[in-house]
Amino acid sequence: MFTIIDLIQPDNLNEAYQILSDKRNNTILGGCAFLKMGKKRINTGIDLTNLKLNYIQESDDFIEIGAMTSLRELETHPLLKEYYKGVLPQSVRDIIGVQFRNGVTVGASVYSKYGFSDLITALLCLDTEVELFKAGRMPLADFLTMPKAKDILVRLWIKKTLRQATYLSFRSSASDYSVLNVAVSKLDNHWTIAVGARPSKAAIAISASAMLSQEVPTLEKIEEIAQKASEELSFGTNQRGSATYRKALCKTLVKRGIMEVLPCKSN
Amino acid sequence: MKSVGHSIRKIDGMAIATGKPVYTEDLAMDNALVVKILRSPHAYAKIRSIDLSKAESLEGVECILTYQDVPNARFTLAGQSYPEPSPYDRLILDQIVRYVGDEVAIIAAVDEKTALLAMKKIKVEYEVMEPVLDFEQAIGHSSVVHPEEDSSCNFEIGLNKEKNIASSYHEEVGDVEEEFKRCAVVVEDVYYPQAQAHTMMETYRAFSYLDHTGRLIVVSSTQVPFHIRRQLARALQIPASKIRVIKPRIGGGFGGKQTGAGDVFAALVTLKTGKPALIIYDRKETFSCTTSRHAMRLRVKLGADQDGIIRAIDMQVLSDTGAYGEHAPTVLGCVGHYTLPLYNKTRAVRFDGYAVYTNKMPAGAFRGYGATQGTFALESIVNKLAERLKLDPTEIRLKNISKVGETFLTGQGVMLGSTSLDQCILRGKELIGWDEKFPRREVGPNKVRAVGMAITMQGSGIANIGTASAEIRLNDDGNFTLLTGATDMGTGCDTILSQMAAEILEIPMEIIIVNAGDTDTSPYDPGSYASSTTYVAGTAVVKAAEELKSKILAQSAAFLGVTRGDVELNGLAVRTLSGNQEISFAKLAELTILGTGKLQLVGYATHGSEVSPPPYVAGFAEVEVDRETGKVELIDYVAVIDCGTVINPNLARIQAEGGIAQGIGMALYEQVRYDELGKMATNTFMQYKIPTRKDVGKVRIEFEASYEPTGPFGAKSIGEVVANTPPPAISHAIYNAVGVRENHLPITPEKVFLGMQK
Amino acid sequence: MQIELTINEKAVKWEVAFDELLADTLRSHGFLSIKTACDTSCCGLCTVWIDGKSRLSCSILSLQAHGKKITTIEGLPKEAEEFAQILSAEGAEQCGFCSPGFIMSVLAMKNELVNPSEEEIIHYLTGNLCRCTGYMGQLRAIKTFLGVV
Ligand SMILES: Cc1cc2nc3c(=O)[nH]c(=O)nc-3n(C[C@H](O)[C@H](O)[C@H](O)COP(=O)(O)OP(=O)(O)OC[C@H]3O[C@@H](n4cnc5c(N)ncnc54)[C@H](O)[C@@H]3O)c2cc1C
Ligand code: FES
Ligand code: FES
Repeated sequence: MFTIIDLIQPDNLNEAYQILSDKRNNTILGGCAFLKMGKKRINTGIDLTNLKLNYIQESDDFIEIGAMTSLRELETHPLLKEYYKGVLPQSVRDIIGVQFRNGVTVGASVYSKYGFSDLITALLCLDTEVELFKAGRMPLADFLTMPKAKDILVRLWIKKTLRQATYLSFRSSASDYSVLNVAVSKLDNHWTIAVGARPSKAAIAISASAMLSQEVPTLEKIEEIAQKASEELSFGTNQRGSATYRKALCKTLVKRGIMEVLPCKSN
Repeated sequence: MKSVGHSIRKIDGMAIATGKPVYTEDLAMDNALVVKILRSPHAYAKIRSIDLSKAESLEGVECILTYQDVPNARFTLAGQSYPEPSPYDRLILDQIVRYVGDEVAIIAAVDEKTALLAMKKIKVEYEVMEPVLDFEQAIGHSSVVHPEEDSSCNFEIGLNKEKNIASSYHEEVGDVEEEFKRCAVVVEDVYYPQAQAHTMMETYRAFSYLDHTGRLIVVSSTQVPFHIRRQLARALQIPASKIRVIKPRIGGGFGGKQTGAGDVFAALVTLKTGKPALIIYDRKETFSCTTSRHAMRLRVKLGADQDGIIRAIDMQVLSDTGAYGEHAPTVLGCVGHYTLPLYNKTRAVRFDGYAVYTNKMPAGAFRGYGATQGTFALESIVNKLAERLKLDPTEIRLKNISKVGETFLTGQGVMLGSTSLDQCILRGKELIGWDEKFPRREVGPNKVRAVGMAITMQGSGIANIGTASAEIRLNDDGNFTLLTGATDMGTGCDTILSQMAAEILEIPMEIIIVNAGDTDTSPYDPGSYASSTTYVAGTAVVKAAEELKSKILAQSAAFLGVTRGDVELNGLAVRTLSGNQEISFAKLAELTILGTGKLQLVGYATHGSEVSPPPYVAGFAEVEVDRETGKVELIDYVAVIDCGTVINPNLARIQAEGGIAQGIGMALYEQVRYDELGKMATNTFMQYKIPTRKDVGKVRIEFEASYEPTGPFGAKSIGEVVANTPPPAISHAIYNAVGVRENHLPITPEKVFLGMQK
Repeated sequence: MQIELTINEKAVKWEVAFDELLADTLRSHGFLSIKTACDTSCCGLCTVWIDGKSRLSCSILSLQAHGKKITTIEGLPKEAEEFAQILSAEGAEQCGFCSPGFIMSVLAMKNELVNPSEEEIIHYLTGNLCRCTGYMGQLRAIKTFLGVV
């Protein structure tokens, strides 16, 4: 079990960041579901409860999601059900259970860059930006490839568009980690295909997405593009599946994803 | 009948459902020492040295015990009637550690934090040895898992330590080879049912203290209080009379708690320190340091004539018992005992089996007890035979199953007393829609649905060994107390046994107090296993109730001044047949208890059975398979059950649904896995997935009651038999859907997918 | 450190360690309905309500419950009894170990969902594992409780 020597609930981000940088073992606490499984010895736990980062709100151009928002709020929020064909609620609904999702946070889920993440894959097919306290605001894709540095994820910014999206995860049993997951989106004729749990972290199938954006997709073309996606990305083997199997799943899920988004009108 | 046959609520139902403090941990004293176990990081090693100095000097550490501090008497943790057939092959702590997780030191401290800190400060030096990890390589491996001289067994079980054989078993009737030659069709295959974890929700735990007379009291979440007492006596080398084991409410067992775990460590701490001690296994320990179902390899060969009559069965079994031999010989034997009698038109059968030691967590008792593994193999091969003969799988069963009054080759002349298996098959067929659905239907571009089936049997108690006693008293206030050693673990036997007593005594259940599961006060009972409680303990209760009833009638007649034949029970009283005189139970109690020359009315009975009548299940699965991913969705599972008379339909139904869900888990999801160094890789619910409510689909149960002449009210058993059909039935359905015969359980989507690529 | 919270409508001040989990704190204060069956937030047995929402008490620091309103099954005697009666009439509290957490989820669901379909019920309760019953009996009990068929 993890240990915490001290715990602070700072009133502003500056203070939170100060404490975080003070010592190597000082740690931000989200919902603690992941932290508590580890053996980490935390010097000062920094609980962000007082920072009012638990919100989902819309402005003219963006939907803003605070770091302390729970996955359950993401799942049930009317705004997110309405936008992007409800891809975000769809992506988190199979994670363990309601009482679990009521506790775990968006900030931790994104910041941790888990390979198996459902949420990151879905966010990656939208126009998502991550706001970090120190490193500032950047596209999610950049954040994912950036080396890990101590920082605080403050909020997500998702561009408000008529983007239509869908999310598919393949699980060997319900509430298990995904063997593979896929998000596909389309804005006008611009497509994005993101694939996660490869089992390494989610990535965009750039060539396949580009091909799809150029073509008038026929069934044959879609098969070809799905094949392309499974070829341009790399897959690995772990307890949940072999690389070969993941590659095959990728093709199937990408194809199905495209088919689901295809009939949707985004303009 | 007023009580038997009705869905009566469990007598402890409301308390357990609303979280009342009635389980082991709830009852532990606040000041109990916390006991933790330092465990081996190596699969096979010898302890060179242990340095406790840093750990012992920590404040709050009460004691740390190593192999140098324990009695030198080998014992078995298997909870079985004495003399146990499992080998005495373990010490409380041993200098040799035989699997990752084997116990190295016992730490007792004032609280958990201190105990864990102390654990970190213990320095152990190991001489690491090459482990035996693959059970198919165990026989003749250069490493010997049990090199010690002093392991022994009460029986000849075919123990051959030098070859890593814990037990071997051979049985043969007729000439199998000759018979195969005469058969028109012979089919053969090899099956690999996996190790499965029990995952009862309440992990293993026990709490011990010394009472006012200095006796050791152990409150344990166990299925076998009397066996635990004997086990502790042997392991600790103290008289059993100095030990009392109490079983409170238990949060599930499924056979897991038929094997001791933890009790002996808490007890030893209490003996050494004189203080109360509490041990709670966490989920990781429960997964990786207790027991699982035996993983097996079963080679089965079946021969039949042109009409599909099965004439010869040959079964060769290799069973992985892990580091210790708990239940090794009996589970092995049951593979054959609970499968071969299903089909009794055979002219020759052969069973050959070995249980082998490996350097992995021991296997043990698990609901189904070998029948589950045997059923998977035998039923799968029967399905293969049906296909070969172009016979409907239900037809081939109906042609071959045993009928009432018949015997079977390995059954030593015992006749089958009851069966409605044929009706179970016919009814199940109807419920699942077999005729419309067999074998498959396309339901979408990449989706196909198919059905599959299997049948199974189990026993009811252990013939000539399992013996239970029961006592019923008429209390001073006219109420009754039923004393039984049967062990309710959620199964509802406290309720079912009082239903039976109430039925015989013609009284409402509310006036029966049930006192159970306490070795000081309960009459002897082996415990809850081998599907014995309803059948064996139930009969003891019926006999005890009948004895009490007859005493009540006789005594009342005497008080009323009439003859015994002139009285009958009437509500809470006894009256004369003419109805003009009556004596209430309360009055009767008063008159038999107060004053001189009296004798409190008590019924007492001990019952053991010469037979173990089989309950049956016909299981039918409908699956939908995704051709592009290999994903199998269980659409519908139908089980039609013959458990004799159904004593409490709702409780029986829940038993059945729960057992089937475990079988579904075994078929599709669950697997105990190890890494290449022998460390268990599936020691959390994140890595070992039991079915959630989304994974079980729809399970439908029906009963086709038969009447078992030797059972209480015609009842047989239900607890175990229900776990057996899902693996073969689901596997059959998958084969019918996509042509993939996957003989290694569980059948994961990836295996189905890769199978389709071939 | 001291925390102040409301437990079953009663304001309390408790001394807790920084890394203490709420499930342990609750048990140590006598709320023995709290059961735990895993260390990985997977089983749902430890479910309580925090500010009316179901949460895993094993996966939140007691300190994070400061200022909040906690409800355990002990705080809902009437509702819990009503559902437990139905559950046990069905026989679907087999060992009962999972029942308190399960009942807390069912009651939360009743508050949150209007006329849920069978699929919605199953989805809402996926995080509550039960090894004994196979789930069918629990579903029958819920349907009776909610008056849906
Ligand atoms: C059993 C289990 C199963 C799961 N299954 C899935 C699944 O199937 N799919 C899926 O997508 N996810 C899954 N998850 C992950 C889960 O959804 C959460 O992402 C995860 O638990 C982290 O959330 P938390 O709030 O509990 O974070 P914590 O455990 O509190 O924190 C996790 C890490 O994030 C850091 N952190 C927290 N907040 C911030 C912040 N604002 N800024 C910077 N760093 C921060 C912490 O310091 C810590 O290192 C699972 C988790 C568990 C425990
Ligand atoms: S104890 Fe398992 S989820 Fe809380
Ligand atoms: S009733 Fe035993 S775990 Fe649910």
